[in-house]
Amino acid sequence: MSEEYVLEMHNIVKEFPGVRALKGVELKVRPGTVHTLMGENGAGKSTLMKCLIGIQPVTSGEIIYKGKKVNFKSTQDALDAGISMIHQEMSPVLERTVCDNVWLGREPKKGILTDHKKMYQDCLDLFARMGMHIDPHEKMKNLTVAKMQMVEIIKAVSYNSSIVIMDEPTSSLTEAEVEDLFKIIEDLKSKGVAIIYISHKMDEIFRISDDISVYRDGEYIGTDRAANLTQDKVIKMMVGREITNMFPKVECPIGDVVLKVEDLCSGRQVRHVSFEVRKGEILGFAGLVGAGRTETMETIFGMRKRESGRIIKDGKELNIKSPQDAIENHISLLTEDRRGNGIIGLLSIRENMCVAKLNLGKYGMPLNQKQMRADTQEYIDKIRIKTPTMETPIMNLSGGNQQKVLVGRWLLTDPDVLIVDEPTRGIDVGAKAEIHSLLSELAGQGKAIIIVSSEMPEVMGVADRIVIMHEGHVSGTLDRSEFSQELIMKCATAHEKDADEI
Amino acid sequence: MNANVKKRLSDNMMWLVLIALIIVMSIGNSNFFTIANFRTLLTSESVKGVMAFGVAFCILTKGIDLSIGASAGLIACVTGALVQPLDYASKILTGVQLPAIVAILIALAMGCAIGAIQGAIIAYTKMPAFIATLGGQLICRAAAKVFTTRPVSNLSDGYRFLGNGQIGPIPVIVVVFVIVCLLAAFILGQTRFGKSLYAIGGNDQAARVAGINVERNLVLTYVWCGVLAALAGVLLAGRAGSADPATSGLNYELDAIAAATVGGTSHTGGICRISGVLCGILILGVINNGLVLLGVNDNYTNIIKGIIIVGAVALDMKKNTRKA
Repeated sequence: MSEEYVLEMHNIVKEFPGVRALKGVELKVRPGTVHTLMGENGAGKSTLMKCLIGIQPVTSGEIIYKGKKVNFKSTQDALDAGISMIHQEMSPVLERTVCDNVWLGREPKKGILTDHKKMYQDCLDLFARMGMHIDPHEKMKNLTVAKMQMVEIIKAVSYNSSIVIMDEPTSSLTEAEVEDLFKIIEDLKSKGVAIIYISHKMDEIFRISDDISVYRDGEYIGTDRAANLTQDKVIKMMVGREITNMFPKVECPIGDVVLKVEDLCSGRQVRHVSFEVRKGEILGFAGLVGAGRTETMETIFGMRKRESGRIIKDGKELNIKSPQDAIENHISLLTEDRRGNGIIGLLSIRENMCVAKLNLGKYGMPLNQKQMRADTQEYIDKIRIKTPTMETPIMNLSGGNQQKVLVGRWLLTDPDVLIVDEPTRGIDVGAKAEIHSLLSELAGQGKAIIIVSSEMPEVMGVADRIVIMHEGHVSGTLDRSEFSQELIMKCATAHEKDADEI
Repeated sequence: MNANVKKRLSDNMMWLVLIALIIVMSIGNSNFFTIANFRTLLTSESVKGVMAFGVAFCILTKGIDLSIGASAGLIACVTGALVQPLDYASKILTGVQLPAIVAILIALAMGCAIGAIQGAIIAYTKMPAFIATLGGQLICRAAAKVFTTRPVSNLSDGYRFLGNGQIGPIPVIVVVFVIVCLLAAFILGQTRFGKSLYAIGGNDQAARVAGINVERNLVLTYVWCGVLAALAGVLLAGRAGSADPATSGLNYELDAIAAATVGGTSHTGGICRISGVLCGILILGVINNGLVLLGVNDNYTNIIKGIIIVGAVALDMKKNTRKA
């Protein structure tokens, strides 16, 4: 029986102080297949993998790998046994070269010295085999995020493992690179390597998976061949209910112009951007990665230096030099990088939620702790944040719940304009739909919403109008009646000359 | 329930260590557990204690201030020279004698200025605080020696009141220490500034996006630390009755940093409890005082202190990595 599976995990239980993260979970992986793990954030997929490769010890349960019972104490143990993992969060050494990063910790030796020549040559061979064009001598920090991700993938693959775990490998890849990755995966499969794949992207999953296992709230729901499943079936298994509408859009009256941006310039990525957004309107921003959408929002919000252009709110020109200025003028930005500049991991949900309002001096001195607790509780209830208490450190929450806390943080500052940048990235379907309906609800209350998203169905689903950017310029604006994937794609990839004509 | 008790214990472990130390010292020497000895202990730890409450704020923001010992020495010399009697034979600044209160205000202003300069350098050039304040330390110590080569002695009684006075049975210096402790707790727990420091220490990028003026808050942090260093200088000179440019406050920053660290202030930023810092100060105080009573050689005292500091941080790191 154990011949059939390269890996079997039985009845895995993992307890953290106060939480049972895994409640007797199963996983059986066949060699030479792609086995996808699915589940909402917090379902336990990443925890299960961490238990497998020895980052976290299991509380109880049995792991059988290649017919033998194993219990890896560290990732090094797991690597030696032939299990490598590409983590969701990359950990490149930015100041070192690509080559150094690939061979980190296992540099080929010549006597006691590192064999730099072999490192370089092996790296070249590896890249050539994978069809990658990266100079091994390039410093890691000079690579785009997508290229860095590819290097991480190649590194994991280069261990000649029997199992490669990929945790959201495509989150920052462009489409061409996703294709490269899939070729690598096919190649690995043909060599009998098993791939454990974690992703939220449905089309991807159904394209490459052989088997799919679904988890919910730390429990094992089931496993089946991908061919026997459909998207709807999987979603239903994941959330335990059917999501009838991914984009619950509530029609609401659109009022006067709240924010008007004219001829905004900042660096190479924001070139003469102009647009306006009205009360009750949800304005979408579409475009390819690197089109300058995030940079535009950061400039409006005062995180980047505004070189020229005007920002006019309620008919009055603002001089925003810092996020503080923006917040005081009731403009908020939910940033794209939740970990980098969103959450303050060590602090509690209450402290994270109240920090912006507190900085406006709204809690007095000594601080009105009672008011802070009341505000936090209000938004925990209103936007349904799942947490044991408001004093729980925010880093213990799942991505979706963290995002909701941040939304609560901004709503407490009473914004007229709420800008959300990739608000549902890395968030499970259930929480996604909730955030969409929240945005729609807020627009209904008369707020102006700007949503930047790289997911076309998302922008088209929630927005009243879409502004499309290409290389720092606005290359098109579409009304809801004109929305079509083809038109948006055309604008997003338009050359500057064409863009002027649109 | 069980997990709750565990958390309670690990949060307050240093207090248990303190109690254990007190018990050990009390058994070792019958003079340890007396009111008179506790008064001595608190009196001698107050100066470093005041500094510890300052530097803890810097550590909370992932910084450090190495200059506080030297700046306390410099400020003690300069303001001490301002309050020597006019007819004193070895007066440093001939012809100048200021009222004590004025001299003390000048001291605090000097501390404020030193802190503001260092804070501004750290905040606006992004220079590591370690480097900026190491430079500050060298400059302050050298400046004190340039200012006077002789010890500054015969200080006025008014100036010495804070460091040497008594209110009934209680030394004024202990009262000052307690007030600073309460003030620090109030600032961290009850003000916008305090809460901003936790945010900055936890994730400075996120703090900025939340609208916090990171630079201004950092400057204020070093001003707070500088002012407390100045106060410590006044206490130090007042208690001793003189100030020495070469030795006053020498290496005090290390004890202050050690106290804050033993008290659970995390050098990776974002974690600091004033009750913890207080506990750290008392632990080091009990070790200093108790080992003297037990007749332990000074070098062994330092070895034991070193082990406790490293041990405390090792425990702390373990606790924090488990959370992450």
